[in-house]
Amino acid sequence: MYLWLLAAGLTLVFGVLGVLNFAHGSLFMLGAYAAFTFYGKLNINFGLSILLSLISVGIIGAILERFFIRRIYDLDLPYQLILTFGFILIFDDLVKMVWGGVAMIPPMPGFLEGNLTVLGRPYPFYNIFIIFAGLAVALVLWLILEKTWWGRMIRASASDREMAGAIGINIPFLFTTVFVLSAMLAALGGALGTPVRVVAPGIGTAMIIQAFVITVIGGLGNLKGAFVGALIVGILTSFGILLFPIFELFIIFVVMAIVLMVKPEGLFGK
Amino acid sequence: MTKLKPLLLIALILLLLLLPAFAGKYLLYMAIHILILSVFALGFNLLLGYTGLLSFGQAGFFAIGSYACAKILLVIPSLLLGTISGTLAGGIAALILGYLCVRYTRIYFSMLTLSFGMMIYSLAWKWREVTGGDDGLAGIPRAPLEIPGIFSINMSPMGNYYYFVLVVSLIAIFLIHRMVHSPFGLTLKGIRDSENRVAFAGVSIRNYRLLSFTIAGLYAGLAGSFLPPLENTVTPPIAHWTHSAEPVMVTLLGGIHTFSGPIVGSILFYIIKDIIVRFTQYWLILFGSIVIFLVLVFRGGVVIFFTEKILPWVKRR
Repeated sequence: MYLWLLAAGLTLVFGVLGVLNFAHGSLFMLGAYAAFTFYGKLNINFGLSILLSLISVGIIGAILERFFIRRIYDLDLPYQLILTFGFILIFDDLVKMVWGGVAMIPPMPGFLEGNLTVLGRPYPFYNIFIIFAGLAVALVLWLILEKTWWGRMIRASASDREMAGAIGINIPFLFTTVFVLSAMLAALGGALGTPVRVVAPGIGTAMIIQAFVITVIGGLGNLKGAFVGALIVGILTSFGILLFPIFELFIIFVVMAIVLMVKPEGLFGK
Repeated sequence: MTKLKPLLLIALILLLLLLPAFAGKYLLYMAIHILILSVFALGFNLLLGYTGLLSFGQAGFFAIGSYACAKILLVIPSLLLGTISGTLAGGIAALILGYLCVRYTRIYFSMLTLSFGMMIYSLAWKWREVTGGDDGLAGIPRAPLEIPGIFSINMSPMGNYYYFVLVVSLIAIFLIHRMVHSPFGLTLKGIRDSENRVAFAGVSIRNYRLLSFTIAGLYAGLAGSFLPPLENTVTPPIAHWTHSAEPVMVTLLGGIHTFSGPIVGSILFYIIKDIIVRFTQYWLILFGSIVIFLVLVFRGGVVIFFTEKILPWVKRR
């Protein structure tokens, strides 16, 4: 489900802005670190610290879009990838500077501890919480995109940027909001992941590849695809570890390559 | 300018040949790394700069070259054999995977090469019996360069190994220079600029792309096979996608549509790294900023900046 949150933001930015954001994993990492700081270090209430990390990463996202990403919409893909890759380097080192290079294990919020027994098996309560959070985000995203004025503007400018501009949509501002939304989704994934994951520099580069796999499988720029893709990758990873531990990582990329070769636009692509 | 160029080139090669006479071990070690990255990036730029394909899986072929060379050296200590088999392994892998990749362009091509590169990485990391897992392969000898019965040169001194890498790299650079200035190179540029027109002229685009991909793989394999004898170990991170980004960065730094761009970029990359690391361990922040500055402000790279801005300015004086 973290994978879904991560991939949703990536695919949203690609679908609307047409930019493949390599630094998306770094935003995930920043979200994790921010939540860790607010919750684990400053002892702020769990919900509030997640909110705070969303806001702070959202602001970073806004700055990124406004001053850097905006200038590269018209450029070729290599330049987009390289520019955002530059941000990976910067964020990775910044994180090392501020929080140090060691991995940290954040505390678990008390009210989410314990197990729930499902079908006779203990199941960590926190995982169930994450699953519902992911589903809720999926629902909210769908509602925003399909039912609100803002969502309609996003869809309009995704399908024809110039036309949307011509009928009076403030495209640059809209794109900034979309980028901020995507950054916040990544941060939410990172923040929710903190209590059960290790927070370490470098999780950004590890996560972004997973997110790429998911978005490619589901179809670049396709939210529904990203959801299904995240499920597929999640299931493949967990069963892969159980069944053939050596080739677990390998299989994910095989699936990605096969999807690319057979249906490059992804499982849900048009 | 035309008279100056060969002179400069000869001076540069002389400098490189004389380097071991005055440079210390560390400088030679750096020089070898610069040469490795140059060869790697030159092959990569044949794909990006000339054919217009951005590959994010080049580190996979680099690693295949490294591991193949290391495996050979662990069994038969012959440098020449190791290098040749590393190069061929990279080329063959590129030929096979390239066959699957070159049908696609733009983002799909980049993603597909990324996934193949990561497959190679995951094999290097997990397939313990063959690759040693995350420990890598250790104790690789810097074997002598020999042709049995004819001659044998001891490669243990850094200087000797430097000469070996230098000579082979210069040959490789010369070959790729001839290639891009041949009809083959022109055809590749044609494909980059207008795929359809070249197709109408009766050229098989796919075959040309595959050839270019294979050559890039050969160069990545060659660059990769220089590494094990130098470091005496091979570890999986050389196959990781962040390593694939290195040739991308240096090519961009030096200049994407120029021949010497990747070489200049590699030199600058190591110089910048070496200087910043003296002050702070967080050198990637600065390097990231340089990359961003390059993309936003001058996209041509250092070489174009030099030939178009500095040279005319010098001439006017």
